[in-house]
Amino acid sequence: MSGTTGEQAINGTVENRGVNGGGRAGIRDRVGLLSKLMIAPAVFYVAAMIGFPFILALLYSMSDVTTGDPALHLVGLRNFRAILDDPVFLLSMKNTFFFAIVSQVLVILLSRVIATALMKEFRGKWLARFLIMLPWTAPISLGTIGWLWMLDSIFSPFDWVLRYAGLLGAPGALLGPDLNLYWLGVPALAMASVVLVHVWRILPLATVIQLAGLSSIPRDLLEAAEVDGATPWRRTLEITIPLTLPIISIAFLFGLVFTFTDVTVVYVLTRGGPIHSTQVLSTWTFFKGIEGGDLAQGAAISLFLFPVLAGIAALMLRMARKSEVV
Amino acid sequence: MKSVRKMLGRGGLYTLVGGFAFFGAFPFYWMVIATFKRDHDLFNPVANPFLFNEPPTLDHLKLLLFDTHFLTYLANTFWVGAAVVVITLAAAVPAAYSLARWARGWGETLGIGIFLTYLVPPTILFIPLSRFAAALGLQESLWSLILIYPTFTIPFCTWLLMGFFKTIPKDIEEQAMIDGLSRLGAMFWVVLPLGISGLLTVVVFAFTLSMHEFIYALTFISVSAKKTVSIGVPTELVRGDVFQWGPLMAGALIASIPVAVVYTFFLDRFIAGFTMGAVK
Repeated sequence: MSGTTGEQAINGTVENRGVNGGGRAGIRDRVGLLSKLMIAPAVFYVAAMIGFPFILALLYSMSDVTTGDPALHLVGLRNFRAILDDPVFLLSMKNTFFFAIVSQVLVILLSRVIATALMKEFRGKWLARFLIMLPWTAPISLGTIGWLWMLDSIFSPFDWVLRYAGLLGAPGALLGPDLNLYWLGVPALAMASVVLVHVWRILPLATVIQLAGLSSIPRDLLEAAEVDGATPWRRTLEITIPLTLPIISIAFLFGLVFTFTDVTVVYVLTRGGPIHSTQVLSTWTFFKGIEGGDLAQGAAISLFLFPVLAGIAALMLRMARKSEVV
Repeated sequence: MKSVRKMLGRGGLYTLVGGFAFFGAFPFYWMVIATFKRDHDLFNPVANPFLFNEPPTLDHLKLLLFDTHFLTYLANTFWVGAAVVVITLAAAVPAAYSLARWARGWGETLGIGIFLTYLVPPTILFIPLSRFAAALGLQESLWSLILIYPTFTIPFCTWLLMGFFKTIPKDIEEQAMIDGLSRLGAMFWVVLPLGISGLLTVVVFAFTLSMHEFIYALTFISVSAKKTVSIGVPTELVRGDVFQWGPLMAGALIASIPVAVVYTFFLDRFIAGFTMGAVK
C-alpha cells in the first residue's frame, strides 16, 4: 500500500473506490451494487408480505371469496354496496372515529400535564415513570384483561366504592338503587369504558413523546424570557407550545393510528357489544371476515380504514419535512 | 412565605404524579390481588375488595402452572420472539447501514417508504394473509407468525438502526478501510461492535413487539397448545362462559411484568426512533 492511496482515501474518495477502481475492487467494495444488495432483503420482505397482501385485499373486496369457497370470482363493487347498506357497518364507522378522536384529545391534554410534571426532578421518579409507563410496556391484551375484571358486572371495585360512598345500590341513591352499574352491559358505559382503556393504553406513549419535545426546548430561551419578565403563562403560550407543536401533532397522529386500527381493546372488553354499540371497523372486519368466513366483505370493510390512514401518513410526512427545514 | 408555596408546589407535584402512577398501575395491582385471593374472598361482593379478607392462597398459581397450557404459551412466545429477532436483524441491519451511509435521493425516499409501511395496519392485512398462510399450509402453525411478524419489526427496526448508524462517524470506518478492511469488513468488524447498543435495542423491540401482537395470532392460531401468551391467556382461561379470574389474572401478571421491566429500560430509544423525523 503506497502513501498516495492512503491520502486519497483520507480525502474522501473511499466512497467512490468501487466506481473509480473498476475491476480491481471486489463486490465487497463496490458501493453502488452493495448498497442495493443490502437493502434488497428488507424491501423484498416488506413488499412480499405487505404489498402483495394489500393488493390481494383489494381483489378480495371486489370478489365473492369465502373461507368455504376460496376461488376468486370478481363481482365488482357489490360488497361495498352491501356494506354501506349495513347499519352495523355505519355504526362501527361512527364508533371508530368517536373512540379515536375522543380518546386522543384526552390523551394529548393529560400527557402534557404528566410530561410537565416528569420534567422536574423528584425522589422516586424512576418508580413513578415505570408505573406510568406500564400500560404501554405490558402486552395490551393482558392489560385489557385486567380491566375486564375491574369492569366486571358484579365484582367491579368501582361499583363497590360507589356503594360504599352511598351513591349506588340504596333506595334514592344518586346512581340508582341497583347494586351494580353494569359497565360493559349498558351502551353508554361500555363506550366510556372503551375510551377509558384506550386513553390508559396510549397515554404513556404520548407522555414520552411530549417529554422528548419539552426537553428539546433550549433552556436559555426560557430563561431569557423569564429575565425579560414573561409570566409562566406567556412562556407556555409563546414559547413552549409553538416549539413543541410538531411533536404534539406527531403524538396525536400516532395515537390516532393506534386507536383507529386497534382490535384488542374492543375484542377483549366487549366483543363489540352490547348490541354492536362499541363495534369498530377493525373488530367488525374480524367478526365478518374471519369468524363469519366472508373474506370478501371483511376485506371491503377493512379497506375503509385506508383513506384515513393514508391521509394521516401524508400529514406526518409533511411535518417531518417541515421540521427538517427547521 | 416562599418556602410554603414551594412546599405546596412539591405536594401538588407528588399528588399529580402519584395520581397518574396509580391510574397506570392499578389494573396490575388488581391482578396481584386476584392472583392471591381465595375464591370465596374474590367472589364476595360485600367485603372490601381492595384487601385480603381471608388469608392469601397459592391455589390460582398452581392451577395456572399445572392445569393449563400457560407454560406452553410462554414457550411458544419465546420461540416466536427469538425467530422474529433473527429474521429482523438479518434484514434490518444491512438495510439500515446502507440507508444511513449511502442514501441519497431514492435512498431517503425508500427509508421513508419503509417507515410508512408501519401505517398499513394488520387490520387490512390479516384477511389476505390468512389465505396466504392457508396456501402455504401454515394454518395452526407458529411459523405463520414467525413469517408475518417481521412485516412490522423490519420497517421499525430499520428506521431505528438507521439513526444509530448515522451517529457513528464515517472516519472510523474509513480508517479501517485504509488499514486494509473491505467495505463490508469495516461494517462487520468496526461499525456493528460500536452500534451494539443499537442492536440490543432492536433485539428488545423485535421481541416485545412480537410478544404484544394480538390480531394475527388470534386469526391464525386456534389450537390451544399453539397459542402465544397474548392470545392464550385472554381466550383459553375461560371455560365455557366461566371466567377463571384467579388464574387469569395470575397469567396476565406473570406475562406482563418482566416484559414491562425490560421495555422500560429501552423506552427512550423507542421514542427516539419513533420521532426522529420530528425532533432533531
